[in-house]
Amino acid sequence: MSEFAVELQDVIKQFPTPEGGQVFAVNHVSMQIKNGEFFSMLGSSGCGKTTSLRMIAGFEWPTEGEVVIAGTPQGHTPPFKRPVNTVFQSYALFQHMTVFQNVAFGLEMDHVAKSEVNDRVGKSLDMVQLSGMGKRFPKQLSGGQQQRVALARAIVKTPKVLLLDEPLGALDLKLRKEMQLELKALQQRLGITFVYVTHDQEEALTMSDRIAVMSFGKVLQMGTPVEIYERPNCKFVADFIGTSNFLHGTVKSVENGKASVYIQELDAEVMGLVSGDISVGETAAVSIRPEKIRLSEQSAFNQNCFEGVVSSTTYIGSDTHVYVNVKGNRIKVWEQNKISSLDPKAYYSVGQKVWLTLFPENTLIMADK
Amino acid sequence: MLKRLRENKAFQGTILAIPTLIFMVGLLIIPLILTAIISFGTRSPDGNVIYGFSLHNYARIFGISSECQNGKSICFDPLYMQILGRSLSLAFNTTVLVILMAYPLSYFIARSHPRRRNTFLFMVLVPLWTNFVIRVYAWMMLLRTQGVINGVIGWVAGLLGLHFVPLEMIYTPGAVLVGMIYEFLPFMILPIFTSLEKIETPLYEAAADLGANPFRTFLRVTLPLSMPGVVAGTILVFIPVMGTFIVSDLLGGKQVILVGNLIQRQFLDARDPTFGSAASLILMVMTLIVTYFYTRKFGFGEEIISA
Ligand SMILES: Nc1ncnc2c1ncn2[C@@H]1O[C@H](COP(=O)(O)OP(=O)(O)OP(=O)(O)O)[C@@H](O)[C@H]1O
Ligand SMILES: [Mg+2]
Repeated sequence: MSEFAVELQDVIKQFPTPEGGQVFAVNHVSMQIKNGEFFSMLGSSGCGKTTSLRMIAGFEWPTEGEVVIAGTPQGHTPPFKRPVNTVFQSYALFQHMTVFQNVAFGLEMDHVAKSEVNDRVGKSLDMVQLSGMGKRFPKQLSGGQQQRVALARAIVKTPKVLLLDEPLGALDLKLRKEMQLELKALQQRLGITFVYVTHDQEEALTMSDRIAVMSFGKVLQMGTPVEIYERPNCKFVADFIGTSNFLHGTVKSVENGKASVYIQELDAEVMGLVSGDISVGETAAVSIRPEKIRLSEQSAFNQNCFEGVVSSTTYIGSDTHVYVNVKGNRIKVWEQNKISSLDPKAYYSVGQKVWLTLFPENTLIMADK
Repeated sequence: MLKRLRENKAFQGTILAIPTLIFMVGLLIIPLILTAIISFGTRSPDGNVIYGFSLHNYARIFGISSECQNGKSICFDPLYMQILGRSLSLAFNTTVLVILMAYPLSYFIARSHPRRRNTFLFMVLVPLWTNFVIRVYAWMMLLRTQGVINGVIGWVAGLLGLHFVPLEMIYTPGAVLVGMIYEFLPFMILPIFTSLEKIETPLYEAAADLGANPFRTFLRVTLPLSMPGVVAGTILVFIPVMGTFIVSDLLGGKQVILVGNLIQRQFLDARDPTFGSAASLILMVMTLIVTYFYTRKFGFGEEIISA
């Protein structure tokens, strides 16, 4: 058996537009999703997440390339013959069937014996904490409960791969957080491969083993949450995942995984780690996360250290967000409030002179795109 | 009063129902009561109604006759029961065939591209712009022994050098059936289309995703969810087919007499309004009974309105 639950091999999906043109919903995408993995596709609206998922499910066929499930190329295999199940964003519950009948539907299609159907449906409803709701109709359930039915209906078939298209999108924040943890726990318990589509980066970071960050039909980066957050390979990813400060300049030297960039506005060179593809002479982006910048009242180093003036501050409890103007560049710094003080001066004040230190090991140099 | 109108939903409802109520009472309930009264009367020799309470009109419909051969004073004449039976079976056949024809077409329209959908619906409705009777006349032109269909076949046969005896198509039960189907097809297509259109694509996809092939998806998802449309269409087709007389009159002639023709002739030719009224009421009761059992089994198609 293949090591991969799902593979997309250089997949292209084109759709005709009403204007008569063609749109690349998915453009040369390759992914290898491992068995038992919680894999997320993350990207802004219209980047091709749903289309990729639908090609795995079999609702769409690739214009070019191949979808391979558990080592078997799928070609034009219809959805009802694929060993995957989907949790739809709109839930797509059968309104004319009870919760029990909804969940039993997939088993009946597989001609599972009646007693086993009862057994498995019961277990599945237990798992999503809906036991006792079997006789209700979907309309008689809350949004969160309907979501659970959709989940139970998909997992009852114990598919090789479960596809989830923004399954928590319609839930309120609190319920969503709860369900995130539940889904993750469920996935670990069942050992099923989850392919999860979301545009919520926090959701992706919390739940996933690996994430594919997509934009305009392409995968920009694939990696663990830590890799994606700490080593984004281009400016788009750094910007999309979390918050980052960017400076732009020309690459002066690249050596041993480190690079130096000359930044005209600061008239200084900044050292940092190379993240992604860059070469000498190119313009590059220098990226540093606000929580990784050190603020001090005196200059401490002569490398990567800049003087600025505090232009505004926001106290948010655990942190203070300090905005510092460095020669016209507005730099965000998140200072953790490690001491408890009622004195406003303890939290920096507007107009104050400060020094920013961008430690080279926390500073990333990446392609400016 | 104004305050009540603003705040009381039930009162608003009552006010809104008044025009229809007046209309219904004046033009339906009162005439119906009159019909009932007349049906218990007797026909005077000059064709007027002598009011009274006699059940002989009903007895006559159920076949109890006093005009007997071989000297008996009372005997069974199945004539009117045959007419009722014929009407019932024609209405049944028409409804079934119309469902079978309308369903695939409605499905096709509902699943077609939204831009083309309106065109298709428009085409379904176009025949209704022409008068009902004229549409039946058109079928006469087609089905007549010297009509278009025979003409075309004869012409082709002539080219092939074959001998062709024109088909006897008009004035047969088949002709009436064809006419009925043609007249009432749109009334089945529209409600079925409406209920099919409401089924969202993800439902089909969910069924496929769970392992249902297209056939099982149809049986388990599409059909149950579109039943309200089928029920509504059945009511819209079955009831009028039971009562109409123009189609059978023009395409069935003397060969195919339905309850509708019977009633019409009592009022216009035989000038026996008492018997005509009795037949009308029987027709109504029969239709009600069928509709009652049908809707008890399948519902009223109310979901089509409420969903
Ligand atoms: N059936 C279709 N016909 C034409 N264009 C389509 C079709 N489906 C998707 N597209 C286009 O393909 C692109 C990708 O769509 P897709 O639904 O995969 O995005 P997405 O990443 O899921 O976005 P969202 O987060 O908004 O759901 C979009 O530009 C969309 O307009
Ligand atoms: Mg989507």
